[in-house]
Amino acid sequence: MIGASLGAAAYERASEISAILAVANPVGDRRLARLSSRPDVVLALSGIGISFGGVKALSDVDLEVEVGEIRAVIGPNGAGKSSLINIISGLYHADRGRIAIGGQSFSRVPASRLARLGVARTFQNLALFGGLSVRNNIACGRVHTRRASFVEHIAGLPRARSEDAGIAEKTDQIVAFLHLESVADRLVATLPYGLQKRVELARALVAEPKLLLLDEPMAGMTATEKAEMAGFVRAARDRHGVTIILIEHDIGVVMGLSDRVAVLDYGRKIADGTPAEVRADPAVIRAYIGTAEGENGEDIR
Amino acid sequence: MAVQALDAARLPVDWAKLVQKLALATALFVVAYGVVPAYASGYLVEAILLPFLALSLAAVGLNLLTGYCGQLSLGSSAFMAVGAFGAYNFNLRVEGLPLAVTMILAGISAAGFGVVFGLPSLRLRGFYLAVSTLAAQFFVQWALTKFGWFSNDNPSGVISAPHLAVAGLSLDSATGRYLLSVTTVMVLTALVWRLVNSATGRNFIAVRDNETAARVIGVPVLRTKLLAFAISSFIIGIAGVLWAFTYLRTVEPAGFNLDRSFQILFIILIGGLASIRGAFLGAAFIVVLPLFLSRLGAFLFGGLFDSGVLDMSQRIVLGALIIIFLIAEPSGLSALFDRLKRRIGSRSS
Repeated sequence: MIGASLGAAAYERASEISAILAVANPVGDRRLARLSSRPDVVLALSGIGISFGGVKALSDVDLEVEVGEIRAVIGPNGAGKSSLINIISGLYHADRGRIAIGGQSFSRVPASRLARLGVARTFQNLALFGGLSVRNNIACGRVHTRRASFVEHIAGLPRARSEDAGIAEKTDQIVAFLHLESVADRLVATLPYGLQKRVELARALVAEPKLLLLDEPMAGMTATEKAEMAGFVRAARDRHGVTIILIEHDIGVVMGLSDRVAVLDYGRKIADGTPAEVRADPAVIRAYIGTAEGENGEDIR
Repeated sequence: MAVQALDAARLPVDWAKLVQKLALATALFVVAYGVVPAYASGYLVEAILLPFLALSLAAVGLNLLTGYCGQLSLGSSAFMAVGAFGAYNFNLRVEGLPLAVTMILAGISAAGFGVVFGLPSLRLRGFYLAVSTLAAQFFVQWALTKFGWFSNDNPSGVISAPHLAVAGLSLDSATGRYLLSVTTVMVLTALVWRLVNSATGRNFIAVRDNETAARVIGVPVLRTKLLAFAISSFIIGIAGVLWAFTYLRTVEPAGFNLDRSFQILFIILIGGLASIRGAFLGAAFIVVLPLFLSRLGAFLFGGLFDSGVLDMSQRIVLGALIIIFLIAEPSGLSALFDRLKRRIGSRSS
């Protein structure tokens, strides 16, 4: 068992080192160092690029996110929004660029340490544990705080019990906060889609993250469900002080909800600013009208 | 204290259910330790209960790995062999080792072995992992036959069960072996039940249901998988000890072949994945099926239905049943049982 984890660690180190060697952007690095030392910047991306089989999904994207803001990232289909969130959460590894989370700088974010870095996320397609109840799904969101071993769990020793009790209490608070009481003991797979989305938000919030990444939290919802979800997202920021990165298709929701908006198109950031600034930006209008006519009829206003 | 109050508020004690559970547990103990030892015939114990208990325990172990943690394994029989030959050697080579310690050491050997052959699970999944666990199957059988040391230089690699005793009390009789077996199975099953309902058990399910999400929220995925392999192999190893010492009494490496691995996999498929009760229902089914078929065959076809035909028909029936279960009731006998219980419940009320 020890040999295996050593091997895995060595493998991760090796890829980290090669990634560091691959970075040759001293200007960007200095900018990142300056940004990540600022206490009000939770997340700073610098010169992020990634390509899949020769197709550039993202190139040279910079982004900084300040404490307590709701930061939207929008863009037409295939603009690279989900790639961006997957890079921040360590599921994809950027070909170039660096990511600073809360003062620590990475070329590859270690996904297995994400929760301990204070980052939680939801997924575009639901990623819940279908075989567990709603309450247990949410409780899993605090697994990174657990220290008791399986022996302590089986024997019901004090540390395991106090961890369980602490997590149960936090879970209850989130269940109440997101109005999930009536379904808390049901298997999550039996819930309707909109509620499952909400359970995923609950599982992320229960970790008490500093930074919350929401990948299309309202996709596929009805207008009422969207409004409700937007209310929860805003309340999560206002009440828990969590900083939020929101990826969303529905421009109307984004403009009303976010403090600042970054716009991606073909893997490049074409605009960044307050909703009003972005709305007036000619490049944004061009990008969106281009797809609005061509593909899915989205309207920026 | 506030937490306890909260718990009480959330889970109002259902007295009727509690009484029902207590009654069930009491009945189980009375049957296991009173009725069976007093009234069961030698045939019932030797031919049905002993294999049932050993296979149930092996299925509980495999269910932990495959049903709860989602790691498909075809190496169960190898882990049983490691347990059986391990116990034989610990008992042979360490003077005066208590039986319980021998069994635990055998389980630990199997666990270590399980971890080694679980390493591929860090990279492989599903079908590919199953194929890599086949390596365990072939390696163990080869090593046990090749190196005479494991069977104390018996020319055909056969080992015989040693004298079984706990605290000076001989357990060599059929009833004694039954008591050893049933106690071991009950204790280990209780521990597994505690485990799957704990945070560790929920980590297993999280890794099974969505490995990426599990990793992102901080479940130590690699450690969880290896832990599942270790605990599962520990239990299967002890099941192997029961199989060799209490049921067969003499056993050779070929007794732990791939057929046995498949048999245990079929038990959890028919009984129900991720269900402890399913492991017992499935094992009961697998043990009773050939007896039932031979009686039925003899009744219908008389002398034509010999052991060769029985073996063949057993395979056909089992294969057909597995296909039917996978299509019609993937949650197995355990789910059927629940549905039956609900129907009876709704009719009586």
